[in-house]
Amino acid sequence: MIAQYRSLRSPYDLLRGEMDRLLTGFLGPAADGLLPPLVGNQPAVNCWETEDAVMVETEVPGLKKEQLELSVSGGELTMKIDRPDAAQEGIVYHRRERPVGAFSRVLPLPCEVDGSRVEAELHDGVLTITLPKAERAKPRKIEVT
Amino acid sequence: MTSENITKTAADVTTAEHTRNGRHYRPNVDILEKDDELLLLADVPGAKSDSIDVRFEDGELEIRAAVPPRWENQQRHLLREYGVGNYYRTFQISETIDAAKISAEYADGVLTLHLPKAEAVKPRKIQVNVK
Repeated sequence: MIAQYRSLRSPYDLLRGEMDRLLTGFLGPAADGLLPPLVGNQPAVNCWETEDAVMVETEVPGLKKEQLELSVSGGELTMKIDRPDAAQEGIVYHRRERPVGAFSRVLPLPCEVDGSRVEAELHDGVLTITLPKAERAKPRKIEVT
Repeated sequence: MTSENITKTAADVTTAEHTRNGRHYRPNVDILEKDDELLLLADVPGAKSDSIDVRFEDGELEIRAAVPPRWENQQRHLLREYGVGNYYRTFQISETIDAAKISAEYADGVLTLHLPKAEAVKPRKIQVNVK
């Protein structure tokens, strides 16, 4: 399953992901073949490639754009997210499942991107980042004359 | 009030859940108890406010949110860590909630439900009339 994707993960992460999947498969049916996120409170990321761009999407419900920091450099996308813990004293929690806290995640990009044209949109808790490919990284059609 | 009489996760309840068509996801929730209300926060990223359906019937709170696919299946994913689909979850709510006053708001992928506590039923003294 993993092999068919060009992987954005280090060998260590891959091994860990595989172990998680093995255990998940052992303990119960794995959920639709998705890789589990690496760390509990870290939002899961989907990433795909179009002809012109690399797309990164992550679900960050409740996040304001001020709590989000994005940067692209050296072929890597860095996402920093800080969800302050809104817990107040004297309030009883009956369920506490929504993630809080700060985290950062670095995604190695599969090709060169044009850092000055990167766009990010945050709608209904879904962050979509469009990283346009650098001109020389785009597939070029060769005219046969 | 203990947590036992407020909530049950969808997995505990043998309701219509298994008869629903298609895959649905269980939203993460926080449930806070304040002096005058229970506050329920549910993460339903990707849902639009008009596609969220909240029902309260016979002490059962049902949250449903339709989420259309955001990308095509054929896409070549470099990383695929989560799926996109409808949300569904039910809770058993204690009868001390004033169902008529439940209100909901939605912002940034988070559904907020206010479940006001009902005024405690006051003890009534019954006058016994002597004939």
